[in-house]
Amino acid sequence: MSVLHPRTPATRSSITQEQRHGANGLLVLPALLMFVVFALVPLAGAVVLSFTQWDGLGDIGWAGRRNWSDVVKDPVTGNALVLTFKIIVVSWLVQTPISLLLGVFTAGTQRYRAALAALYFVPLLLSSAAVAIAFKAILDPHFGIGGAPGLHFLAQNWLGDPDLVLYVVVFVIAWQFVPFHTLLYQAAVRQIPASLYEAATIDGAGRLKQFRYVTLPQLRGTLITSSTLMVTGSLTYFDVVFVLTGGGPGNSTRLLPLDMYLTGFAANDMGRASVLAVILVVIGLGLAFALTRFTGFSRMRSEQEGL
Amino acid sequence: MTASVMSRRTVLAAGLAALFGGAMTGCGTSGPKSGGTAGGGASVWILSGVTEQAFRNSFTGWNDAHPDQRFSVQAFANDPYKQKVRTAVGAGQAPTLIYGWGGGVLDSYVKAGAVEDLSDLVADPHVKNRFIPSIAAGGKIGGKTYALPNNGIKPVMVYYNKDLFRQIGAEPPKTWDELMSQVADFKRAKIAPFTVSGQAKWPLLPWLSYLMDRIGGPRVLNDILAGKHKAWSDPAVTEANEKIQALVDAGGFVDDFASITTDSGADVALLYTGKAAMTLALPSAYQTIQQADPKFIESGKLGYFPFPAVTGGKGDADDVVGNPSNYWSISASASDADKEAARAYLKNALLNSQYVGDLLKEGNVPPVADLGPRIAKSSDPDYFTAVYHMAAKAPNFALSLDQALGPKAGDAVLTNLQQIFLKEITPEKFAANMNATLSG
Repeated sequence: MSVLHPRTPATRSSITQEQRHGANGLLVLPALLMFVVFALVPLAGAVVLSFTQWDGLGDIGWAGRRNWSDVVKDPVTGNALVLTFKIIVVSWLVQTPISLLLGVFTAGTQRYRAALAALYFVPLLLSSAAVAIAFKAILDPHFGIGGAPGLHFLAQNWLGDPDLVLYVVVFVIAWQFVPFHTLLYQAAVRQIPASLYEAATIDGAGRLKQFRYVTLPQLRGTLITSSTLMVTGSLTYFDVVFVLTGGGPGNSTRLLPLDMYLTGFAANDMGRASVLAVILVVIGLGLAFALTRFTGFSRMRSEQEGL
Repeated sequence: MTASVMSRRTVLAAGLAALFGGAMTGCGTSGPKSGGTAGGGASVWILSGVTEQAFRNSFTGWNDAHPDQRFSVQAFANDPYKQKVRTAVGAGQAPTLIYGWGGGVLDSYVKAGAVEDLSDLVADPHVKNRFIPSIAAGGKIGGKTYALPNNGIKPVMVYYNKDLFRQIGAEPPKTWDELMSQVADFKRAKIAPFTVSGQAKWPLLPWLSYLMDRIGGPRVLNDILAGKHKAWSDPAVTEANEKIQALVDAGGFVDDFASITTDSGADVALLYTGKAAMTLALPSAYQTIQQADPKFIESGKLGYFPFPAVTGGKGDADDVVGNPSNYWSISASASDADKEAARAYLKNALLNSQYVGDLLKEGNVPPVADLGPRIAKSSDPDYFTAVYHMAAKAPNFALSLDQALGPKAGDAVLTNLQQIFLKEITPEKFAANMNATLSG
């Protein structure tokens, strides 16, 4: 082993390896215990409930496979799945370029950029419910922002048009979460060694080329982290949508998590809600697994080999 | 090496002990008692909003006079309350006094044995004679009383802007056809005929309830509540939905009504700011105007009339739709001492003179018998008399659809009716979707 070469870059990772072997397996216990109590046990409960009939009040009755066949056959479930995937894709397409560019921009050390960065991060401090209530008021077609002089073109049927409302929801979600992803990119950009840019400048690369051939490849890991968070996050978007639209108009924004909640706590059908919950877990695990596997994230390849 | 492993294990054991200890104390303090029903004495959850103060005053007065039977009061917004209280009742952690609407939800509480039988309480003439009988009937299930009225009578009627009616020379319409022709007149004058919050789904419900009743009579809803096969396919339901869609097509509702919210009062605001002529609403519309623009009422610009008749319809034009009242039930899982306190409160303090006065002040007409003299002394005797008589002389007072139906069908009717208004589904599809809730 090359363990005893104190100055080679390999040293750090080798020590980590050794510690991994050396650590006592028992140390996993507290985390495992929390995971079992707060994740696996409720999950098992949901699986069991999905085969029962229960309105949340009376006795729990056995329902066999009926909930599952009902949910699968229900057009509302299909609609919810399509909407959920739509919102994952559109959210990613909207949020990634914006937060990437903002992250690169705010990584600069100029004063005005620091000031702007502080401003950009404000939405991160607000609670989702507050954000949704504020936007509900702003988007009112008669008394909202459209009522301001010169802004009458903004008086649209934002939350009432079934074709428009999903994009309004994507916008509000982006407004809230772009700052977080910007923060990730900003930190990542600041980690890129200045020597890379110096070398690129010597080779005659301009700003655009530096961005394309130095910055972007160096952000690969961050891009994957941010995308994983976005995709799994989109799968569970609930609070903003619930307060903003309540799933409406009609079923236009009844995403899978919302469908689950409304079935469980508005219609009080815990059996069918549990079916939806199990579907949600399976899709979420599948997506997270696929993302880490196909992007090579789990191999933790270094972007700075040879530096 | 051995020593270090040992010490790690010791640390781990200590950590685990701390974790379990923490979890256990957690259970001890926040587990069975967290509903506020035990230990701290009797508890009650009320709704925030216009009537909140009347309820608070009543409980504050009671607590001051009965320090040994105190209630802790917590206020919630309407929609979160409805969901929270059901979970609490299901978990046996309901507040001592449960605020409700009667109907399908009360029925499910009774079936689950979650609320106390109060029949002995109303056997006392002192209690029984306090309420209007037709309103008190809303708290009865299977001949037994499980809930007592605690709030104003809430019939739905049409509220209108008299200035705008004058502008096109219209009188309140007596029939649906008159209403439709006035809609055209208002459109020509560039005035929105009706304002409604299509964003919150429930304000759309009275349209269906009233049209169903006017066209087919109370039998239509009763068949649905009885779970009769294909009850939603009744021609009266289909005709009602067709009429709604015809009204939408005629531009009967303000532009973008599906984006208008009601928690902010934006729907009613269009009425008193002169942008829309009418709204079909609960008395909360009156209270909203009273708070936002009292001059509109004082200067006599606010008018009101009952929902118009449908020519050839079977329903009585005096039938009313709305919320007869709200009700108090006593949680069956409360401690005996708390139940005793709740009974004493219902017997002695519910809708007493002070309480009635507070409700009237906030624009609510309490469901108490012989209210005439009190109304005469109130701020707007004409309006309160209209509401009182409307409820008192109604041959049938139908509870709001979402409350009358069980939770499952109630949730479905909200979504499907919104789709009718948006013309996303046909009346036939509506019937098919709703019939599917009858079997379940």
